[in-house]
Amino acid sequence: MSVRHALLAVLSEGPMYGLRLQQEFESRTGEVWPLNVGQVYTTLQRLERDGLVEGDDDAGEGPQKAYAITPSGRRGLDEWLRTPPGTEPPPRDELVIKVSVALRVPGIDVHEVIQAHRRHSVETMQRYTRVKAQATDDDVGLALVVDAELFRLEGVVRWLDAADARLSRRPTVGVVPDGVERVGPQPARAGGR
Amino acid sequence: MTALLELRKVSKIYGSGAAEVQALRDIDLSVEPGELVAVMGPSGSGKSTLLTIAGSLEDATSGEVVVGGSDVSELALDARARLRRRSIGYVFQDFNLLGGLTALENVTMPLELDGMRARRARAAGMLGLEALGVADKAERFPDDLSGGERQRVAIARAVVGDRQLLLADEPTGALDSVNGEAVMRLVRATCQGGVAGVVVTHDAQLASWADRVVFLRDGRVVDQTTPPSGPDSLLASGLG
Repeated sequence: MSVRHALLAVLSEGPMYGLRLQQEFESRTGEVWPLNVGQVYTTLQRLERDGLVEGDDDAGEGPQKAYAITPSGRRGLDEWLRTPPGTEPPPRDELVIKVSVALRVPGIDVHEVIQAHRRHSVETMQRYTRVKAQATDDDVGLALVVDAELFRLEGVVRWLDAADARLSRRPTVGVVPDGVERVGPQPARAGGR
Repeated sequence: MTALLELRKVSKIYGSGAAEVQALRDIDLSVEPGELVAVMGPSGSGKSTLLTIAGSLEDATSGEVVVGGSDVSELALDARARLRRRSIGYVFQDFNLLGGLTALENVTMPLELDGMRARRARAAGMLGLEALGVADKAERFPDDLSGGERQRVAIARAVVGDRQLLLADEPTGALDSVNGEAVMRLVRATCQGGVAGVVVTHDAQLASWADRVVFLRDGRVVDQTTPPSGPDSLLASGLG
């Protein structure tokens, strides 16, 4: 997340001093992204140095110093809003690695590994949905953040479902405890707990 | 609290010999009044079979299905039909409203079939439509309603009267995400009002509205979620 641009977005509505800026930012994101006030002032100093905001010099360097966005800051904000976020996959997806590795670990049922992650993801989704259910209608910032997490986790569950189905169809290629590689149909799985 | 729905060692077998398919195997499931349980699993896992057996629309091959303290298999056919009319409400993905009846008539029809006078049924039906926010659509026909409105009418029909058990099969499958969420809020609120609910789905977002999610695979219950803890720790751990 770009704190610089998030602060510019808040300042685009009008000048504000640091503490107020922090409060506005947190309320707009449903208070799920806590922002240290020191981080706010450090970022404001950098934005001022880069000419994207200007401070009210008459107020000195104290907490009452108000900041306003500059034309250059507005252009930078506009450009950032329209720039797609990075879409490169992460260098390694831990879940993909765990499932891939589990395939060849003796004594491990990959479907049980998948189910453990599926359950954990759905439990986390239940918690987010509970947050959403309890939020008020005007808590739009919170709803947007929670929806984003729900859709991300739904994607994880769908990948787990697809992996489960794909692995159920494959002929087994694994290593049995004596180290001999075997090839054959999937053995029938007993139910979990 | 006493469970409103209990499935005890329920199995279901279709066909015989080489064509035999075991759809459910030794299912144990109980749902209390006020509780919403989601049953999640891939296609062919037995979800819909579980729902039809829980709603006594189909018989189990073995095991017991107990609804409101009554063992369904021990009920005579007319008593079973009465149980279905009075105690169990069904919601389907494609709404299953009767096109020739208005929204209100769709809701009141099961009450009238059960012998309730038309005027009283109408009052109960209007209360149901009001609770689901579609009272102003009472005189509209299903074709004149949006998908979300039709599903609200279907839920009103499912819970009108003294229904204790709500069974839903992919109730948001035909809706967009906004209407789907609105419907699940209503299903959840209905259950919090004392109804026991079971929703079967393959959709994790829909399932996440439930108090408990049961995972079905190859006709067996293989896992279930534990009740979610409070949201505080979730937010403190940060989304960023």
